[in-house]
Amino acid sequence: MSPDPLLHLAVALDGAGWHPAAWREPDARPDELFRGRYWTDLVVEAEDGLLDFVTIEDSFGVQSTDFNAVDDRVDQVRGRLDAVLTAARAAPATTHVGIVPTVVASHTEPFHLSKAIATLDYAAAGRAGLRVQISAKPYEYALIGRRTTEPVRLADINTAEVQTRIAEHFSEAADYVEVVRRLWDSWEDDAEIRDAATGRFIDREKLHHIDFEGDWFDVRGPSITPRPPQGQPVVTALGHSSIPYQLIARAADVGFVTPHDRAGAAAIVAEIRREQEFAGRASDTVHVFADLVVFLDESAQAAEERRARLDEVAGAPYTSDAYIFAGTPSELADLLADWRHAGLTGYRLRPAALPHDLTRITRALVPELQARGLFRTEYQASTLRGHLGLPRPANRYAAVAPAVAPAAV
Amino acid sequence: MSKPIKQIHLAAHFPGVNNTTVWSDPAAGSHIEFASFAHFAQTAERAKFDFVFLAEGLRLREQGGQIYDLDVVGRPDTFTVLAALAAVTERIGLTGTINSTFNEPYEVARQFASLDHLSDGRAAWNVVTSWDAFTGENFRRGGYLAEQDRYDRAKTFLRTAWELFDSWDGYRIPADKESGVFLSDPKAGTFEHRDRHFDIAGRFNVPTSPQERPVIFQAGDSDAGREFAASCADAIFGRHSTLGPGQEFYTDVKRRLPSYGRTSEDLLILPAATFVLGDTDAEAAELAVQVRRAQVSGQTAIKFLEQLWNRDLSGYDPDGPLPQTDPDVSGDSISKGRAADRMYRDRIAVAREYREEAAAKNLSIRELMIEKTSRQSFIGSAETVATQIDELVQADAADGYILVPHITPGGLDVFADTVVPILQERGRYRADYEGTTLREHLGLGSPRKTPAGAEAGAAAGTAAGAQAEAESEAAVPVGALQ
Repeated sequence: MSPDPLLHLAVALDGAGWHPAAWREPDARPDELFRGRYWTDLVVEAEDGLLDFVTIEDSFGVQSTDFNAVDDRVDQVRGRLDAVLTAARAAPATTHVGIVPTVVASHTEPFHLSKAIATLDYAAAGRAGLRVQISAKPYEYALIGRRTTEPVRLADINTAEVQTRIAEHFSEAADYVEVVRRLWDSWEDDAEIRDAATGRFIDREKLHHIDFEGDWFDVRGPSITPRPPQGQPVVTALGHSSIPYQLIARAADVGFVTPHDRAGAAAIVAEIRREQEFAGRASDTVHVFADLVVFLDESAQAAEERRARLDEVAGAPYTSDAYIFAGTPSELADLLADWRHAGLTGYRLRPAALPHDLTRITRALVPELQARGLFRTEYQASTLRGHLGLPRPANRYAAVAPAVAPAAV
Repeated sequence: MSKPIKQIHLAAHFPGVNNTTVWSDPAAGSHIEFASFAHFAQTAERAKFDFVFLAEGLRLREQGGQIYDLDVVGRPDTFTVLAALAAVTERIGLTGTINSTFNEPYEVARQFASLDHLSDGRAAWNVVTSWDAFTGENFRRGGYLAEQDRYDRAKTFLRTAWELFDSWDGYRIPADKESGVFLSDPKAGTFEHRDRHFDIAGRFNVPTSPQERPVIFQAGDSDAGREFAASCADAIFGRHSTLGPGQEFYTDVKRRLPSYGRTSEDLLILPAATFVLGDTDAEAAELAVQVRRAQVSGQTAIKFLEQLWNRDLSGYDPDGPLPQTDPDVSGDSISKGRAADRMYRDRIAVAREYREEAAAKNLSIRELMIEKTSRQSFIGSAETVATQIDELVQADAADGYILVPHITPGGLDVFADTVVPILQERGRYRADYEGTTLREHLGLGSPRKTPAGAEAGAAAGTAAGAQAEAESEAAVPVGALQ
């Protein structure tokens, strides 16, 4: 992939921010976490900062500090709204920023989610994506009742049994993405003809059954929703190890990864590029973004103090799968500029507290990156694929017109 | 004592994927682009309607093994459109038809509770179920239950969703920064539902929404369906929009309410209706004939007839007489994915009636199908239509109407601009919204908090009762809901 001089930037929105005590900050709006206007304000702010996209976290289960069970804590944010609907609620208020809700593959129907994201793409005029996520928590399976899963203890994570189970979850997610993508293509772009002369609304030769058959579901198609404006909305996934890296390499347009230094980033990028080659996608653009939790303030000391203060309120130091950065926007810009040499094409920043760290991103980090020539100074495209340099793909089902008319026979 | 004057309720159904929608009209726009939905909902809100209504169909219809291509084909995802509409409207209710067969209660309850939050209390659910394995081919849960089990599952589905909506028990989140108490109840949202269909437990992760439960619509028409609606629905999306049958239905349903401790105001009867407006009654009547001819082209007439005859009739002239052959009753239906597919219980007898009627009135295939698929329309000048609607409502044929324009998305505009002001002037229709939630627009109180099991149980336990929800898709004006 040819190096783009500009970085891509996304922001991961979750509740009052990623730190568990963020909701108690003076500028936090914890009583509005379930209101449309709260989410709209955040997405508008991201757009004001010319960001590529926002992601919206989701889960079927209530948040918990215990991976395998609900913890019954009352001092942290609990409860959340459906991410796709939250994204749809914010879409009409914005015109450029991409909106990427989380989709839980383990508990939902690929048919429903394919048309939901296609519809989000219509409502957002070409700015939709999805972040595919698996669920491995037993208490989330109990909410659906379709099947069960065993608890995962961190200590057992590398055992063959747990690895097999994780591989199955991701295999299902891969099938899920395949179905979602086929359904997006199940209508050719010019299928709707509205031909009054023949009375036909569609050319049914341009609608396609997808006939997917897999271990977890069979889906016939076509979708009930015509091909979305982007053709294929953007598919993203977060990964921490080889199994999800394979999903990213084979099925995603953007992968989120969690290196803790530049060398770690380089190793992950190399592995994903290798997998991409194995999957025959070497020529496709697959972005690899590093996830970072960010505490941003005017001085490094202020940021560290805020982090310490939040930790104290929370009663424990905040830990994350992602690298935690506390410092100035300029220092963060240094880090982003440095790590990109590992082959990262962008970053997904997780604001520790909302709206504070989001506005520090949009109003301080972005100008800093712009001054260094590392970030756009205006949107160059109006679609999410456009922001990411992804062409609008051909439809896999469209008959390819012969380049030269066949000789008469 | 004279009967009090009723206020009229009005709502609008986004034109569907059926022949009611005249896509060939030069004024017809996109049925997919969000701008069409925004225009439609904003027009309805300008007219102070109670709600906009979206239908759903989870597999494209087929006839004779091919995707049906004469009507509008394709539609967006219901929930996603409604959530986006919440951003471009402020007051109007957002009603979605959502299938209970190819979903799980936890997910659907989460989506409706989310929609209710995101719209500040404007969500409503038209509960339907599917019976066909044809649609099931698109889903994990497709067609593996016996038909009777699917009905029972549908009923249980709604009951389970109520348990989830109620699981936070109206609890509001303190989110007190000072004390650090986000939740005061560590168990908020706890639920457990275990029966043969759903074995689920845990904590629902959406707090009580502004309306507590979305408004529930039911579209059943059988005796059991009426009983079910009387026991627990907030509104009926009805099919009887003319005076006599409307009054009969209205009276019959409303008389059932007291036995559930409910009053006449607790359940609204809102039939679907189309309309054609003109400057004069004569002009509207003329226009209505043209609209009917556009809705039932020669090709469409043949396709309709094929659905009854259950055989290929493409060789017949739509302007000629009906086939003398009898319908094919031996095989599976050639029509798939249509609510009406199951409605012909005795094809041969119906075909005989059709032939006799066509012969008696000297009607061609197309002319007969124009008559047979006709549905109540309000036809006339704005004054006339306002009067028709008012008289029907005052005569207890309905509490109001869900209007289905034949043009997407601008077909509602003329109604909003001409009929609504007349009704407002006459004091029969609100000049502005008084409340902010859909429950308030509909004059409904808080949802009843009887034990969830008792509510749906009213219609449960009998085969007939189970049929109630199963009919939801089929028991509506043919085509109007699709």
